[in-house]
This record gives sequence, C-alpha cells and structure tokens, in this order.
Amino acid sequence: MNASIKIGIADYKVSKSPDRLVTLGLGSCVGITMYDQINKIGGLAHIMLPKNNNPEKRSPKFADDAIEDMLGELLKMGVRTRNIQTKIIGGAQMFSFAGANNKKSVGHRNVVAVKQILEELKFRIKAEDTGGTFGRTIELNLENGELRVKTIGHGEKII
Amino acid sequence: MSVKIEELNNIELDALREVGNIGAGNAATALSQVLNKRIDMSVPRAKVLELSKVPEILGGAEKLVVGVYLKIYGDIQGSIMFLLPTESAEELIETLLGESEPEGLAGEISQSAIMEVGNILSSSYLNALSEFANLTVVPSTPALAYDMAGALFSTILIELSEVSDYALLIETEFTSDGREIDGSFFMLPDVDSLHILLKSIGVS
Repeated sequence: MNASIKIGIADYKVSKSPDRLVTLGLGSCVGITMYDQINKIGGLAHIMLPKNNNPEKRSPKFADDAIEDMLGELLKMGVRTRNIQTKIIGGAQMFSFAGANNKKSVGHRNVVAVKQILEELKFRIKAEDTGGTFGRTIELNLENGELRVKTIGHGEKII
Repeated sequence: MSVKIEELNNIELDALREVGNIGAGNAATALSQVLNKRIDMSVPRAKVLELSKVPEILGGAEKLVVGVYLKIYGDIQGSIMFLLPTESAEELIETLLGESEPEGLAGEISQSAIMEVGNILSSSYLNALSEFANLTVVPSTPALAYDMAGALFSTILIELSEVSDYALLIETEFTSDGREIDGSFFMLPDVDSLHILLKSIGVS
C-alpha cells in the first residue's frame, strides 16, 4: 500500500517506503526531512518556531523538539544515524511591511535555527530550498528520498 | 490575569462575536461606499481552533488567495487578515479601477488597490471596535501576499504560537450583491489582549 501521509503545521511524522510524506503550504515555517536511503525510512517535520525555552512542555512546533523527537522515532524504527540525509525547505517571508528588516523575518530566523540544530547533531544538509517570498508544498518519496517542491508561480523541482 | 483561548466559554465567545458584528457592520458600510456596490456581511463567527487546523479553514492549504495582513496596535494587539480567492480579487480590481488590469493580480497597481481595500476595512472595523469598547486600537500599514492560503495563515500564526496552541478567529464574510466578490475578514486577538478586550466590553 502506497500511502500519502499528510503532516500539518507544528507536527512531524515518520514512515517507510513506499509511503510519501507531504506537507502543504510552507510559508515562514520550515520543513525538515530526514531520510535513511539504505533502510528507506524517513520523517518530515513542519516547524513554526526556532527554539523551546520551556523544557517542561515539549512541542513539535519548535525546531529543537521536533528534530530530536523525530530522530528518536526514526532510530526506534531501525534508522542508522550515519545513513541519514537531511533537507530543509521553507522559511520564506510571505509579507513585507514597509521598513521591515528581512534579516529579522521569522522565516529567516527559523532557517538559521534549524541549520544550527542539525549542525550540533552532526548532520550535513544534503539540499535546501529556503527563503524567497513564496509558499511551498513538499513531498518526500520514501522509495528513493526524492523531495518534490511545488510552488505557485515559482516552478516545481526535485531536490 | 490571563485568559486561555481554549478555555473561553460561550458567553465570552458570544461577546467577542458581538465585537465582530459591530466592527464588520462599519467595515461593510465603508466597503460599499468605496465600491459603490451593495455589500452584505455574514453573521460573524468566533472560532477557537488548534493552530494546526487553521490553514485548512478556507478550502484547503494550497488554495491560491490574495491576503492582506495588518497588525493591531494600541490597547489590544493582534492580527487582521483579509482573504480573497483569485476570482474575487480580480473582480474587486475591475470594480475599483473600472477596467481589468493587464498585469493581473501580480501587478503593482492591483496589489496597492487591494491593500487599500484591506486598509479601509480594517480601519473602519477597528474604529467601531474602539468606540464600542472604549479602547484605542489602530491598524498597522497593510502587507499583501498572493499565494497558498496555508502559507499565509501559518505565517501570521507564528507569533501567536509562541504563547498558545490555539487561535481565536473572529470571522466575517463580505459579499457583493451578485456574489462576484466574496472575501473573508479575520481578526485574531493576541492571548494577552483577550482579558482586556473582554473586560472592556463588560464580560469577565
């Protein structure tokens, strides 16, 4: 059975080949995928915020909690850390107010935080499609690790 | 004192709906003057939704829409989003400019016209709210995006998500006579502003 599994905002899910993991309409949020190409198992997280400052209340809306928890589940499913490829997508600036500073946009801050967390965990980012001023829908194919990125008016690609 | 969005009771939600009603009534009048068309408004709804459910509310996260986003400043804070499906936005441009715009919705003239409509709606909505609740509330300058509804909504929820897993949406639909123009207006008060708003209208 080849299922398309949808991930909402502030959530993550893991599964294995031949399923596909999909998240719709990433704006300033960031999508993070992890994929073990040997075991064909992967996960996708859709985060809203960089960091959780309240360790009592974990939530996948934060990049740090989502990445750690998703990795934990992947390891339980038999994924080997050294096989994992990570990709990051999103972090756009959907609205720009007159006089606002792009570097301070939430999308930009999310991307910076996700990269830092992945780096601390010693993951190399295999591909990224971040920034810009447009939304993205992504689909991770767990058969081969291909990540399809769809936009409105800014093309479609596989990274 | 703070109020949690997910713990709002029916009396409080009714009162917030009434705030929406007063704001939207004034906004509908203003819009109808600008467009020189009769504008009907729906009975406002006050919805409490989990953040993850919000991007789905307008016929799907991937639906192409035009969104005007304004922040609310003053005695209460929050966000306003005015959303138009593509066809409605095009019709709105044609009504405003008297002709269809060759560059379409991506053009600068179209976008500034739609932003101005969002500005007029928000200002008149907040004016009525200010008067009714005896608060000083003003909108920021507008910002516009033409993209997937989910990408727009998830972005405006980010600030709220720092303190809450739920959003309160006070929603009103504005429709022109023949339904060619059909827009949805959302006010999302910040969590910290809820008790101020409720108290100023005599609830809680």
